[in-house]
This record gives sequence, structure tokens and C-alpha cells, in this order.
Amino acid sequence: MRRLLNLRPGGAGRLALGAAPLVALVLFYLLASTAQHAVNPNEKILPTLGAMADQARIMAFQIDPQTGAIPLWQDTFASLRRLGLGLSIATASALILGLAIGLLPLARAGLGPLVAAIAVVPPIAVLPILFITFGLGETAKVVLIVVGVTPFMVRDLAGHIAAIPEEQIVKGQTLGASTWQIALRVALPQAMPRLLESLRLSLGPAWVFLISAEAIASDVGLGYRVFLVRRYLAMDIILPYVAWIALLAVGFDLILLTLSRRAYPWAHSPRTR
Amino acid sequence: MSALLTFRNVWVEYGDKIVLEKVDLAIEAGAFVSIVGPSGAGKSTFLRLALGQEAPTRGAIDLDGAPLRAEPDRDRGVVFQRYSVFPHLNAVENVMFGLECQSAALTGRLWGARRRDALDQAVAMLGAVGLAGALEVYPAQLSGGMQQRLAIAQALIMRPRVLLLDEPFGALDPGVRLDMHGLILGLWREHQLTILMVTHDIKEAFKLGTRVLAFDKRRNDPHAPHRYGSTAVYDFPLLDKPGA
Repeated sequence: MRRLLNLRPGGAGRLALGAAPLVALVLFYLLASTAQHAVNPNEKILPTLGAMADQARIMAFQIDPQTGAIPLWQDTFASLRRLGLGLSIATASALILGLAIGLLPLARAGLGPLVAAIAVVPPIAVLPILFITFGLGETAKVVLIVVGVTPFMVRDLAGHIAAIPEEQIVKGQTLGASTWQIALRVALPQAMPRLLESLRLSLGPAWVFLISAEAIASDVGLGYRVFLVRRYLAMDIILPYVAWIALLAVGFDLILLTLSRRAYPWAHSPRTR
Repeated sequence: MSALLTFRNVWVEYGDKIVLEKVDLAIEAGAFVSIVGPSGAGKSTFLRLALGQEAPTRGAIDLDGAPLRAEPDRDRGVVFQRYSVFPHLNAVENVMFGLECQSAALTGRLWGARRRDALDQAVAMLGAVGLAGALEVYPAQLSGGMQQRLAIAQALIMRPRVLLLDEPFGALDPGVRLDMHGLILGLWREHQLTILMVTHDIKEAFKLGTRVLAFDKRRNDPHAPHRYGSTAVYDFPLLDKPGA
């Protein structure tokens, strides 16, 4: 018998191993739900799959007479707009600041401590300040995402750029490259796959900040809806919404990964550098 | 021949630690200078001085009669033991890098006829180092020897006044190393290069060099070993070399 750490699953084995816990979780839920409904037909905490499907259909396909819109799509659009705006601003600032801090000792000395100081402040603690400063509208929610994920992305990227072997930077200079040309043609291309990676890692925290902000002050959005229907213990709406959020998150992660593999194949080969 | 690179009473000190002391050397154009010495004898510091990556604490370095800029530039090409090529560019892009930076200050990229011209030069240079069959391959897919060939091509296309080699063949297998010796000697003769090469391998130093410098400490104080620096304690001219 080989050692446990040398046993590797094959293609089908990997699929089965990955699916098993998910299937087990669903089965466990179904058993618990059925058992509860046998005792109490009005059970709300563990709704049946049928009840969830009914509610999902209403939320996703029926126009809400109060707002004149379909709730799920309205919420999804509002949330994704905030998320997209926040993450775009965060990614762009991270690219510029990360490149500068990673490549230029002067920028590192000037901006490094500031970024480090901002990074240790818990973003949710800043949320009241944002609401007071920017009001309860869209701006505060977008800024929360920006404040929440930018410091991490900047530090991650700056660290990655600073770790480019000194030899490459010197070699570039001996080939006549200026600071600008080294930033543009040596540092930037090597920063991009890392930036995408760091964006993937930031998606999770960004969702947390988005839903927190929506839960506290909003009138539309996925987080708003989940916290709204919580008042009625509407688990049959909350659970499909959570599944939808999870599906969106997995989708973005896959899109970013595919993009990085397509655009920067050299960064994904088994032997890099 | 006149001296291309001169070191006049050069000292390098870090705080009270003296790394190099009283280095007085004149290196002629067309020389192939091998630099040997034990670890910590300042070989790499000497090369960094020539590269401009470091400035001397005292003394002066001249390139062609003018003071050397204390910053790497096009006058000095370099090949390191590792990490000499850009991992995100394929072979031909790596070689074109210098040409593109030279001609396109803002974008660092060439298009159209000028790009084709640079491409032709790069392809010819890759052919000269034996990489004609690997034009579009990324460095990660090249063997160690091929990566060093690429690094040499990348440096040579800019026609540097001095080519600096920092243990360029140190990480290669013995057979590959022999091939690389043949390659570098051929390029040295053909392009009339001036080469400074740091190596650990004394046989390699004498086989390739027209001059061998041995760096070590001239004096040693056992109670304060850092108070004396290294210098070129032996200087062997090997004038009977073909091409010297």
C-alpha cells in the first residue's frame, strides 16, 4: 500500500470526490427538511426544494407591482453595478500604486507606510464615516468596496513586482530601457497575471463589503433583499438568493481564471521563471 | 592597444567592512578577462562596479577615457547565471527588446517596417547562438543552456562596449558547458568583443581568457578579517591565445 500522500485521484475519481460532499450536504438538508415538515407542515426554517423553486420562480420571473420590476434581476443588476464599479476602481488603483511602489524605491518610501496604515483599518469600521461623508446612496457602497480591497491588492502587487529578480531589471537597463520602458515592458506584463489572481482573491471580501453595505442602507440589491425577507423568516427566498450569489461568484472566478490563462500563458506553464 | 576600461585606486567599503581595496587595472579592448577567486573575495562586487550597479567608495572607473556612469546602461551588456531573460517574452521578443526600447521611447514597441527590420536582426542573432529553431518559445520551456544562449543573444544585439558575464555557465551540465565555451569564444572573435567573466571554475578561466585575474585578500588580520579588502593579487596575461 502506498502512502496516503502519494495517492492521487484520476479524472473520474476527482469528479466523484468533489461531488460527494456537495451531494451529501444536499441529501442531509433534504432529510432534515422532510423530517421537519412531517412534524410541522408550516415549517419555515427548512423549506422544501419545491417551496424554494416556487419562490425563485416568483422572484426571477414576476414583476413586482410595487416597483414595476422583476426583483431578482433588479437586485442583481444593482449589486453587480456596485461590485463592478468598486472592483474596477480598486483594480486600476492597485495597478498604478502597486507598480509604483514595487518598482520605485522613492514611491515605496513615500507611499508604503500610508498603504500599510490603511490596510490595518477594518473597512466595516469605516462604513459609518462613508455614510456620513457620501450619504446613503451608491457612492458610499462603492467606496466601501474600494477601501476594503484596494490596500490588499496594492500590497500584493507591490510585493510581486518587488520580487522580480534584480537581474531582470538590470538586464533591461543594459539593453537601454528607461524607467518608463521597464515599467511598461518588464513590470506591467508580469504584474497582470498577478493582478488578476489578486482580483480573484478579492472577490470574496468585495461581496462581503457589498452585502454589508446593502444590508445597512439600501432599497435594492441582493444583500438588501436577503436582509429584508429575513424579517419574515423567508428562508425559501434567502436560500435561492444565496445560491444565486454563489453561482455569480463562481462564474466571475472562472471568467478571470480563463482570461488569465488565455492572455498570459507563460504565467501558467508548469515551469515559470 | 589602449585601455578601454580602467580602474584607478578603486575601493569599495560597506561601513567599516572593506570589500575591495586599491584595485588598479587597465583592461584593453578585445580582451577576454576571466576573474577567479574564493567566495567572498569581491569578484561579484568587481563586476557590479563595471556594470555600474554599484559605485566605488573611493577611486575612479573610466570607460574609454570618460568616467563610467554609476548606473547600468547600453555600454555594458550582461549575462547573469540565472534570471537574465524576461519570462513573459518569447525568444525572439526577448532579443528584440533592446532594439524596441532604443527606437520607441514612449511605447517600447515597434510596428510595421521597423518591426520587421528588428525582427530580422533578432532572428539572425538567434541563429548565431544556435536558437534558430526556438524563435517563439518562452524561456520556461528552454533548457538552462538554451536560456543562456538566449541571454547572450539578447545582450549582443545591442553591441555593448563591454560584455559582463557573471558565472554564466555555473548552473550548466559539463557537456553543455563545453558547447557554450565554443559558442562564446566564437562570438568573441567574430564580434571583437571585450569580455569580463567571473567564474568559479579555474580551468574554464584559463581556457577562455586572454587574461586571468585572481581576486583575494593581500593581507589578513585574523582578529578583524573585515578590515582588509580584496584586490587582483594575480594577473596572468595569456598572450599566446589565438585572437588575443
